[in-house]
Amino acid sequence: MQAAEPRFKQRRLWQFHGGIHVPDEKALSNGAPVEPSPCPPVLVLPLQQHIGAPASPVVKVGDRVLKGQLIAEPRGYVCAPVHASSSGTVVAIEDRPIPHPSGLSAPCMVIETDGLEEWADLLEPLIDYESLDPGVLRERIRNCGVVGLGGAAFPTGVKLNPGSDHPIHTLVVNGAECEPYITCDDLLMRERSGDILEGIRIVLHLLGARQCLVGIEDNKPEAIEAMRLARAESDLKDRVEVVVIPTLYPSGGERQLIKVLTGREVPSHGIPAQIGIVCQNVGTLAAVADAVLRGWPLIERYVTVTGRGVARPANLKVRIGTPANELIAQCGGLKGDLAKLVCGGPMMGFEITDTRIPIAKAANCLLALTPAEAPDPGPALPCIRCGRCADACPANLLPQQIYWNARAKDLDRVQDYNLFDCIECGCCAQVCPSHIPLVQYYRYAKTESWAREQDKRKAEQAKARHDAKLERQERQERERQAKLRSKAVKDKPAAPAAATTETGAGTAPEVDPKQAAIEAARARAAAKKAALAEQGLAPKNTEDLAPAQQKQVAAAQARRQAAGLTEPAPTPTETAAPGPKAAAATEEQA
Amino acid sequence: MILAILAIAALAVVMGALLGYSALRFRVEGNPIADQVDAILPQTQCAQCGYPGCRPYAEAVVKDDEAINKCVPGGEAVVLALADLLGRDAPSSDGAVEKPKCVAVIDPNECIGCTLCLQSCPVDAIMGAAKQLHGIIASECTGCELCLKPCPVECIHMKPVETTVRTWKWPFPANRPQAPAPSVAA
Repeated sequence: MQAAEPRFKQRRLWQFHGGIHVPDEKALSNGAPVEPSPCPPVLVLPLQQHIGAPASPVVKVGDRVLKGQLIAEPRGYVCAPVHASSSGTVVAIEDRPIPHPSGLSAPCMVIETDGLEEWADLLEPLIDYESLDPGVLRERIRNCGVVGLGGAAFPTGVKLNPGSDHPIHTLVVNGAECEPYITCDDLLMRERSGDILEGIRIVLHLLGARQCLVGIEDNKPEAIEAMRLARAESDLKDRVEVVVIPTLYPSGGERQLIKVLTGREVPSHGIPAQIGIVCQNVGTLAAVADAVLRGWPLIERYVTVTGRGVARPANLKVRIGTPANELIAQCGGLKGDLAKLVCGGPMMGFEITDTRIPIAKAANCLLALTPAEAPDPGPALPCIRCGRCADACPANLLPQQIYWNARAKDLDRVQDYNLFDCIECGCCAQVCPSHIPLVQYYRYAKTESWAREQDKRKAEQAKARHDAKLERQERQERERQAKLRSKAVKDKPAAPAAATTETGAGTAPEVDPKQAAIEAARARAAAKKAALAEQGLAPKNTEDLAPAQQKQVAAAQARRQAAGLTEPAPTPTETAAPGPKAAAATEEQA
Repeated sequence: MILAILAIAALAVVMGALLGYSALRFRVEGNPIADQVDAILPQTQCAQCGYPGCRPYAEAVVKDDEAINKCVPGGEAVVLALADLLGRDAPSSDGAVEKPKCVAVIDPNECIGCTLCLQSCPVDAIMGAAKQLHGIIASECTGCELCLKPCPVECIHMKPVETTVRTWKWPFPANRPQAPAPSVAA
């Protein structure tokens, strides 16, 4: 229906609920072309740069690796491999600080580069991809380690496999880049529009989608022009449309962009594939084109280094794994007062304290903010229930209610208000007149809910194991009782026979062979002991005794004599047919 | 008058019979509330509540009105959940500091392979055999500390579980809204 409209006419756009206007600050860094970043002396490659399981290393410390070589392979379906982004030697596989809000360390592969930039054997380009099965293309995208470069880093091969129950009709390409300061997608669209179009063509073929909508905010005229030109030059004119959307934060959110472009809402707790849409970032599509047409793994990305705390804000083409301080140094270093250093944008990014953290696949921006740009909001004041947060919420939630419940640590109620539909865009906190750090409460409630869920699963597991143990103990006790009973029944008639013929017990069919073996062993031991005693030899372990031990032995002997037991040889009945108690004891030992 | 009394009496007999029958016919095995309480408890089987395990404590809470704040590993979250389920007031947690989550670790240099800890572990998280070095399966250990006491050589220690990037939680915001000081503006 929409595709049938004349393409030169302005497409009808929709509006998502809420959203805010923030100073975009993009002019700081979008003036110059992207500069290649030199190869750093040391690359630090986190083994988990994506949503899902960490990859497992396939090279050892001391190995020489080549540029583009696979160094960690995926473990599990939702996972992505890691490739060396330059040639060099693996010097360590250890925990290093990674770009994460916690500031914690995680396993990383550390490569000392040799500056030779020697390429490994690349995968064969799949030029004729249109004749290939989508599965083969997905496998290629997966093997090249492509993940969503918009920020979430979800493995692209998984996202492009919505399953046969979700036919996809539209590919939405996210070029909105709505966060202030960040311009790397803008520059990417200007410089690599052709590759993005190739990526679109591959993904359209892969998904079997009819149309593609490229959404770009109207504050990026050069990028819009470049994308329109690339579209006009390609043969995808009637399937791809470059749509200019009004600048309104957060129009680059997946759900918000889909709403703006198609008017459709992604279901709560759902994914866009449920309404026949897949959304991909422009950077991801360029990486897909690299992977399929050139066989290049994802080892480089565009990163914006900006903020008024940086001497010369710029966009850099960076090898994944380059430490952040190298990039800052390339941009002239930090200057003046620094309020904080942020990885990501000012709205959704997180503060970093250690500048040695490496650039991972998802890192799109390094932001050095001066106190003037990031003023301290001061202490939070009580909520006055003004409702501005609800007006600004692009996910149509009730931020105030979530806040109250999160503050009361009532995690069930928080989920009743659909906490997990919150995209943490920060609009509510931005408009809050009381400066309440609302997003922090939501993040707290989300991670706490996940932890409780995890604890619950562990508790169930522990209960199952505990029940299994109790059951096993009961069963063993029952078995023991049953054995004792049967033994008692058996022993009564068998006892006199066993006393007379020693071998009779072993050959009798109803006697357990194991039991017979034990009895035979006991008989042998007794015979040996008797033989030794005849020669006047004591057991060997009673030699070289300390006086105290000697005394104990003597006391035990005295007790034994007092009880009427005589040394050395046991009575034949004892040897041949041990009583129920002795049998139980040997069983327990066994 | 007589008729009314008879009618009511007859009704009472019929209803009583019906109730009596349904009590037998639809009898519920065990106590379903105790099941719900048990589901909330962390199942460490640590016996720190004074009962031999989570299930006995759950039954005591339901039957004997035992206090709901005796579960040490459960902490505040369990107390709140139990208060919610049973409609009781949550006793104030008198500033009790929650212990960090720990797992038991056996010192391989000291273990003598006596198997005593094996028998004490409620979730079978210790592997070993007589005169062999024992080991604890960290992912199954509930941190109940029941294995510490039986060990004759005191070679079992509790080690706090390290926070990783995957288990890290955003802290509760420190910047809590404060009530503004009463203004004395004239």
